[in-house]
This record gives sequence, structure tokens and C-alpha cells, in this order.
Amino acid sequence: MTNMEPSLTEAEPPTVGKTTRVASWRLLLSNPVTVVSAVVLLAVTVIAFIGPWIAPYGVNKTNVVNALQPPSGEHWFGTDDLGRDIFSRVLVATQVSLKVAVVSVAIALVAGLLIGVIAGYRGGWLDMVLMRVVDVMFAFPVLLLALAIVAILGPGLTTTMLAIGVVYTPIFARVARASTLSVSVEPFVQVSRTMGTGNGYILARHILPNIAGTLIVQTSLSLAFALLAEAALSFLGLGVQPPQPSWGRMLFDAQGFLGQAWWMSVFPGAAICLTVLAFNLAGDGMRDVLDPKQRTMLEARRKR
Amino acid sequence: MKTPVLSVRDLGVRIGRNQIVEGMSFDVEPEQTLGIVGESGSGKSMTVLAATGLIDVPGADVRGSSLLSDGTELVGAPERTMRRVHGKTIGFVFQDPSTSLNPLLTLERQITESLQAHRGMTRRTARTRALELLEAVGIPEAEARLDSYPHQLSGGQRQRVMIAIALACDPQLLIADEPTTALDVTTQAQIIELVRNLQRDRGTAVVWISHDLGVIGQVADEVTVMRGGTSVEHAPIVDIYDAPRHSYTRELLAARPMLGKTTPPVAADSADALLTVEGLDVRFTVGSATGKRTVHAVDDVSFTVRRGTTLGLVGESGSGKSTVAGALTGLVPPHAGTAVIGEQAIFSVKRRSEVKALRRRISMVFQDPFSSLNSRNTVGTAIAEPLRVHRLADGRSARDHRVAQLLELVGLPTDFARRYPHELSGGQRQRVSIARALAVEPELLILDESTASLDVSVQAKVLDLLKRLQAELGIAYLFIAHDLAIVQQMCHDVLVMRQGRAVEYRPAAELFADPVDEYTRKLLDAVPPEHPRAATP
Repeated sequence: MTNMEPSLTEAEPPTVGKTTRVASWRLLLSNPVTVVSAVVLLAVTVIAFIGPWIAPYGVNKTNVVNALQPPSGEHWFGTDDLGRDIFSRVLVATQVSLKVAVVSVAIALVAGLLIGVIAGYRGGWLDMVLMRVVDVMFAFPVLLLALAIVAILGPGLTTTMLAIGVVYTPIFARVARASTLSVSVEPFVQVSRTMGTGNGYILARHILPNIAGTLIVQTSLSLAFALLAEAALSFLGLGVQPPQPSWGRMLFDAQGFLGQAWWMSVFPGAAICLTVLAFNLAGDGMRDVLDPKQRTMLEARRKR
Repeated sequence: MKTPVLSVRDLGVRIGRNQIVEGMSFDVEPEQTLGIVGESGSGKSMTVLAATGLIDVPGADVRGSSLLSDGTELVGAPERTMRRVHGKTIGFVFQDPSTSLNPLLTLERQITESLQAHRGMTRRTARTRALELLEAVGIPEAEARLDSYPHQLSGGQRQRVMIAIALACDPQLLIADEPTTALDVTTQAQIIELVRNLQRDRGTAVVWISHDLGVIGQVADEVTVMRGGTSVEHAPIVDIYDAPRHSYTRELLAARPMLGKTTPPVAADSADALLTVEGLDVRFTVGSATGKRTVHAVDDVSFTVRRGTTLGLVGESGSGKSTVAGALTGLVPPHAGTAVIGEQAIFSVKRRSEVKALRRRISMVFQDPFSSLNSRNTVGTAIAEPLRVHRLADGRSARDHRVAQLLELVGLPTDFARRYPHELSGGQRQRVSIARALAVEPELLILDESTASLDVSVQAKVLDLLKRLQAELGIAYLFIAHDLAIVQQMCHDVLVMRQGRAVEYRPAAELFADPVDEYTRKLLDAVPPEHPRAATP
């Protein structure tokens, strides 16, 4: 056989013939679910910044005469037990809640990723030491650990973010380590080693992109949990301090009035639900675009 | 003429808008073996799965008919009929023996499952039957083995157990889907022998699927050659070998690995030594439940690779041949021994710059074309990696140019640089791996079973490519393989390894003419001969 051409009998895989790469953001925009969740997230972010200005009433303007009013044209989401406008409070609380969630997860992601990737890639005694530390952190009940941190640093917004960040670090560390371990024994990493590639290049080009999918999903889930953790801490009086509003704080304020004023819990709850859902769906969309296999399918679908 | 065990007429499979299989018709006669041959993706497994009602792809639409000898129609049959037929009338053996057995159950439980389900046997009678079966498939100490778990068996033994399970209820038809592809050549020969003997004793009809016409020649009475979902030729095996009508059949015949077909161009005797390995010794410490234990993977192996020539390193899985490659590329630390490439000692380098320079001189192509490329990088990025690392062809445009050059060198279109690995076929990926290995202009290329997981027709083309590259670039190869037929095609010298030791090390021509070691002879015997067995009664 003299066939040196790209052979005819080597089965062409059943994908796109002439491949044209499509920009990532175009693919993201082609998925309606991702677009909707991105729009919601964008809206939430905008509200977080301009909330105090667009709120129709002052956050802490009490009006006891008008306490526990159901939703009406005047008070869209009704009023609470002190007669404060719930719509305004939900708007203003966006900033606090979102900040706590994003900053604490960012802390957890950076610290956890660093610990996990180093432990998984280096291995040996360093892995052992780091993972035992993580185990110890896992063994503490979440609230107890947060309590301890707050007790040392004093309650407040910064402390809340730090506490939640520390509590979620071991989760990220474990996920990152497990994925790193499985990727670093893959033949393509070994090939790189035989080529004399440095550890930095291997980590940046081979390991991180391959563990990104898992971490993105973990991040979007953790953002949701961080919102709830903030609520729990605030309830114990260790998180956001009153009278500053946060969604979680409002939920817990509402629990005494569940029977009489459903609007006090439903609207902050809906805000949490919507934001959490948007985070999760946007995370799914990003993962699909970042995975080349899914990506080819998306690109093929666009062609039709 | 007897009624066929399975009679398939005009079978077609559609998945979504793709016609996977079209217009397949064949009969499987009792006591006969039908071979179905074709490369991966040709629809051979799909045909058989559809004909036996095992297809479980969502949205698959099966047309046509498939009749058992008792008149049962299998296409579109209800699940109850299927349960009655599978295991009882039709037995199955699949490709990968390591995943087709349940790791949590003893062999006895796995063999007796169908006996209890179909024959209503009690556990005790089923156990007796299981014991007979294990003895029939040639498992030593069958009595003791009944209570072992799959991980305690070797790959070949597991495949024997799979056959025992398939035959438990004395089925009329045995479906064997690439049953020997994942096995060593010597084990492959044993399994072929076993199936033939069992067939003779029990009169079972067999459908044997393979991509290798050489293997089919050893088992089949009739052959269907498949390509692109349809049958291109159907004839008795002897006719297929002696008078192939379709050009594709001829291509498959030419591609099968065969002894005495070709030898590599003669290398100048004066070619000086490039790599010299002396007394290489590698040990691993393995921790297990019973404490630590040392595995002696490579034991006192010495060899020389001459410039521009190929040294074949032959042996079965576990013989230590990949460990030799690992030691040379720095993946595995050696325990003792020396290795020198040019003037440079390999095992004693410590300085980073020296290690890096060394990695430029030896590069390696791995076995699995799927996992040796990072699925997140384009082909271009993969080939450019060694260029970046060693600062060759610096600058983006220079690098792109060099990548295009390398793609052309391995016979791929240059626009492949923008594709991702999963958009390529196995053979194309392996070409990419070769291009990447060549990027650093190495003096020695280690090919670790680099063609073993490719279809024979694709393998033949990749081997041609390797020969051409050696002629053009004058690289030396360390060619690791288990198949002596392709080693003869490629290698100037051969080193046969067994259990970490070198058992025979001689020039290829001498070794193939007059093998000295018993183990080498066994390997040679395992290569399917030129003529089908049916032609030599």
C-alpha cells in the first residue's frame, strides 16, 4: 500500500466536516436557559449596586400604624411587623447577600483550589499533612467553626464572609484534590512529562482545564449554600447585624408571623430561590461550553 | 440442508437520522462459524446486537427480520421473549473481560445465574454444572476457582470464564464480539483453540466479530465483510482468502499482520550505537493488605539501539517492556544499571537544563490514542506544546508554521490544527501523537504499543508512515509490541522479554529464521498463518 494520504478508510468521525470554531459567548447566548439565568444574574447584580437609590421607602423607616399590611399598590410586597416596606428591604438586602455569597465562595475557591491541587499533584507527605488538616476542619460542625471564628474576630459582615469562606474551603480542597489525582495519571500528562514540560505548564494547560468543569459546578452550588449559611448566621445574631437587612435575616424575622403575614417570608425567599437557581443554571451552561465534547455538539446543532 | 440457527433478512438500524446498518442478510448454520469482519464504526456489532434484540440505544429503530430456528422473531420481540432467549438459546462473549464480569460476585454465582434462571436448577446441581464448565474451558483447579473473584484471574482466564457463562445453558448460538482483541497474542491463540474445540464437542453455532481478517481466518467457515453499515462481500472463508472480489476485502487481507510479508530496509551494519542500556533493573514497591512487597519489573536487561534502526521489544503484558520505556523517559526511577544516549548518561542527570536537553533526544508515543491527547486542547496546541517547552520555532507564527509542517509530515491536512481530539478517528489521533513526538526532532522515538489499539487496516497505514519517517528523518525507534508479525515488518533487531528478563536478543532476520528460545517459538506460533484454517484440513 502506498497510501500516504489521510486515509480514506479511516472512518471520519461523525461530526462537523469543516470545523469552524465559534466564540464561547456566542454559544452561551444560543442556549435560552443560560441567557435567561444570565439576565437574572445581571439584574440581581445591578440591583445590588443601585438598590438603595431605587427603593421607594427608606430601609429602616418604621411606620407602626401600617404594620403587617398585605401587598398593595402602595407597598408592593407588603410591610413587616414594624411597618417597614418589604420591597425596599429586599432590594437593599441584595447587595449584602450577594456580597457575602460571592466573597466567601471566592475565598473558599482560591484557598481550596490551592490546597487541593498542590496536595493532589505533589502527593507524598505534603498531601498527607494538608489532607489531615482538611479532615480536621471537616470534623468540626459548620456552625461551631463559624462561631469560633466570629468569637475571635467579633461579629460583622467581614467576619461572616471569612467564616463562611473558611467553612467551605475543605469542600473545594477535596474536590480539587480528587480531580487532580485522577487527571495527573492520565497518559497525556505522562506524555508531557516525557517531553520535559515543566510542572507550571502541566498544571496550567492540562490539569486546571480538566478539573474546571467539576469546580464550576461546585462553585455554583456553593454560592447557593453560602446565601443560606449567611441567613443561618444572621439568625444567630452572628452574621449581618440589624438593622442592616439581608435576605436570610428577613426570612428569620418573618418566621414568627408565618400564619399572619405570608408576604414577609415569601418575597425574600423568592429572591434567594431565584438567585440560587440562576447561579446553578448559569453554571451548567458554562460547563457545557467549556467542555470541548459538549461544545462540538452545540456547534453542530447551530449549523442545522 | 438444515434449518439455520439464526436467519437474518434485510436488517436495518437507524439511530435518529443516521442509517447505521442497512440491508444485512445472513444465515448462521448449526455447527458453523460465521465471521463478521470490518473496521470500527462499520456497524458489525450493531448488526449482531440488533439481530439478537440486545440493542439498547435510545431511539434506535430496527427494521427487517431475524428468525431463530424455532420460528421466534427477535426483531421487535417483547421483553419476555428476549429474557427466555438470551442466555438459553443465545450466549454472548464481549470484548473486554475485565469489565464484563461483576467484581463483587464469585465465579460460581456468575456461572450459575443463568442456570438457575433458565433451567430451574438448585444451587447444588448448578454448582456441579459450573464445575464441569470451568473444566471444559480449561481453568486449572476449577474446584478452588469456583469461589474466587474476577480480580484473582488473569485476562485470558476471565475471558474463559465469560465463555463458560455464555455456554452454561448449552445455547444453540454463541455471539463472540471481538473476544480476543484485548488479549495477548498467545492467549488469543488459546481462546481461538478453546472455542473451536467447544464448538466441535457441543455443536454450537458461532458468530465471531473481529476487525482482523487474520483471526477470522482461524475461526470462520463463512465470512461477511462489512463496510459503512452494509455487507460488501459474503463468501466461504477460503474464497475470501483466495479470490476476494471486493477491493475492500483485498485491502483488509493486505493489512492483516502476517509473518514473512515484508521486512524493513536493510540498515548499514556500520550504523553506530545511539542508545546503550546495560544491566537495567527496575523494582516497584507495592503496598497490599499483607504488607509491602517488591515487584521486580525489569531484571538485568541490556541492549543497544543503532542510529536509524529499529529495535523491537517483544513480550506479553506484564513482561516489563513498558517499564523499560518508562525508565528511559524518566517516568520510572531505575534501581540499577546505566543507559547512555550519544555521550549522555540518562540515569545520572540531575540538573534541570540537562534533563530538559535529554527529553529532546528521546520522545515517546503511547498506546492509547484517546487518552494520550488532552481533550481540552486543539491538535495545534498539543503539537505546539513541546515547541513552547523547548523554545523551538519561537513566536506564534513560526510555531503555527512548524505545526503545519509536522501535520503534513504525518499525512494530515493542516487545518486539523484547529480541531479537538474527539473530532478525529483513532488512526488520525495516533498520527497527531507521532507529530507531537517528532516536534523536538528526537534521535530516538519510543513507540509503546503505538499501533496495538488500532484496527488492522489503520495499523498498516500507521506502520507505513513510521517506516517512511525513519527513511526520511533517520530516527531510531524502540518499537514495543506484542505481535511478532508487525515486529518482523518494522525491526532490525529484536529483544524478547518475559517476566522482566531478556530471553532472546538477536538480529531480526536470524531470530525469525531460527528462534532459539521456547517462548519466542510460542509467540511465533501464535501469529495467525497466511492461510485460513479451513483451507488446511
